[in-house]
Amino acid sequence: MRRLGLSALTLFALVAALPARGAVLPDDRADVLYHRYDGGGVTIDGPSLLVRKKFAEKYSVSANYYVDMVSSASIDVMTTASPYKEQRTQGSLGFDMLNGKTQYSLNYTYSDENDYTANTASFDLSQDLFGDLTTVSFGYSQGWDEVRKRDDKAFSENVDRRNYRFGLSQIVTPQLMMGLNYEVVTDEGFLNNPYRSVRFRDDSARGYGYQLEVYPRTRTSNAVALDARYFLKYRAAIHGEYRYYTDTWGIDANTVQLGYTQPWRKQWIFEIGYRWYDQSAADFYSDLFPRADAQNFLARDKELSTFTSQMLSLGATYQLPPLGWKFIERSTVNLFYDRAHYDYSDFRDVRKGGAPGTEPLYQYDADVFRLFVSGWF
Amino acid sequence: MTLRGIDRACAAAVLLALAGCANVEPWVKPYERQNFADIIMAPDRNPVATAYIDHVYEAREGARGASGSHGGGCGCN
Repeated sequence: MRRLGLSALTLFALVAALPARGAVLPDDRADVLYHRYDGGGVTIDGPSLLVRKKFAEKYSVSANYYVDMVSSASIDVMTTASPYKEQRTQGSLGFDMLNGKTQYSLNYTYSDENDYTANTASFDLSQDLFGDLTTVSFGYSQGWDEVRKRDDKAFSENVDRRNYRFGLSQIVTPQLMMGLNYEVVTDEGFLNNPYRSVRFRDDSARGYGYQLEVYPRTRTSNAVALDARYFLKYRAAIHGEYRYYTDTWGIDANTVQLGYTQPWRKQWIFEIGYRWYDQSAADFYSDLFPRADAQNFLARDKELSTFTSQMLSLGATYQLPPLGWKFIERSTVNLFYDRAHYDYSDFRDVRKGGAPGTEPLYQYDADVFRLFVSGWF
Repeated sequence: MTLRGIDRACAAAVLLALAGCANVEPWVKPYERQNFADIIMAPDRNPVATAYIDHVYEAREGARGASGSHGGGCGCN
């Protein structure tokens, strides 16, 4: 961990030497969003509020308040625990500054629920080069979390997280913009869910038993994404993105996203998108271990299994007529709907019965809604 | 790639940029960039909505990072 800290300082020192060139502060705006996720026996909904405001021409501040209200009867919960409800509340404060034309950003996020508290501090820097055709950005985040357990007040564990980001955005032609993002994430501490169990074969009547998961206490991941956005002559845009991911737990993943954006008349913007995701399982994942304590590390989290997901997205934005309020320049109403399908290759639905290890493979659909109002002032 | 290798690659990229940025003639002139000012070309037109959907992905998938967001504790263990 000490070596990574030095790496960040090295990068910062190099970036600080760059000449000051162009950057733009984010717009003054406010967003009020209602979100809802419904799938796999889990319903999560709640609000999110974001406000951004510039002052003195070179500074910008932002604040975000976000709530997840969770009602969970997921397959994990139904097989080894009881349905539950809980709430997670998150607050963020951000500060952006233009120095010359270089943009510096600071952000702090606090998230709390009854058994997990997370803190994250971030620093980002972006710089335009080559006549403003290229934007280079660097970022670093430090996170420190506390993991607790609802039914065990003595249980308390920590997680330290570090993120290192590098981004490159390039105007290639008058119609084409491309981007490259690379991020390293390291975690150290208690990384598994304190409630989740793995199952293993035994001599009981049903043929298997459960024991708590055991994860490694460190994880390092690398992700690289390449994206392109192209302006079509009849005023529409297409975009595509590919991301490759790999980590020290043995998970390799691929993500492909395609999207199309079409304005209609002056008030409307419509979007359609498709996203494909696949991953291989963690090295220490198994749906059914051969015996108790079969190996040092044990996981049966379906998010660490081999699976694919596909998502179809639809979105509409409507620009409202002038509201007559002097401080609102324009405002929009937006609705986005995503339909996702998750298909697991080595995670079995034990609720459906069958000999251990031959139960049907698990799959489910999820609906995701985002309804929000945005105002620029 | 090892972390030491990543470190060196990033440093080399920054130094190359420093060496070359003063002499590059922009091949897309400022007056040819009006398409990028169109709202439909904005990479993140709706930041509050993008942050939410990135959170959904991170909670439901093993992969993370390189999404352009700040990451952070999602409490989704």
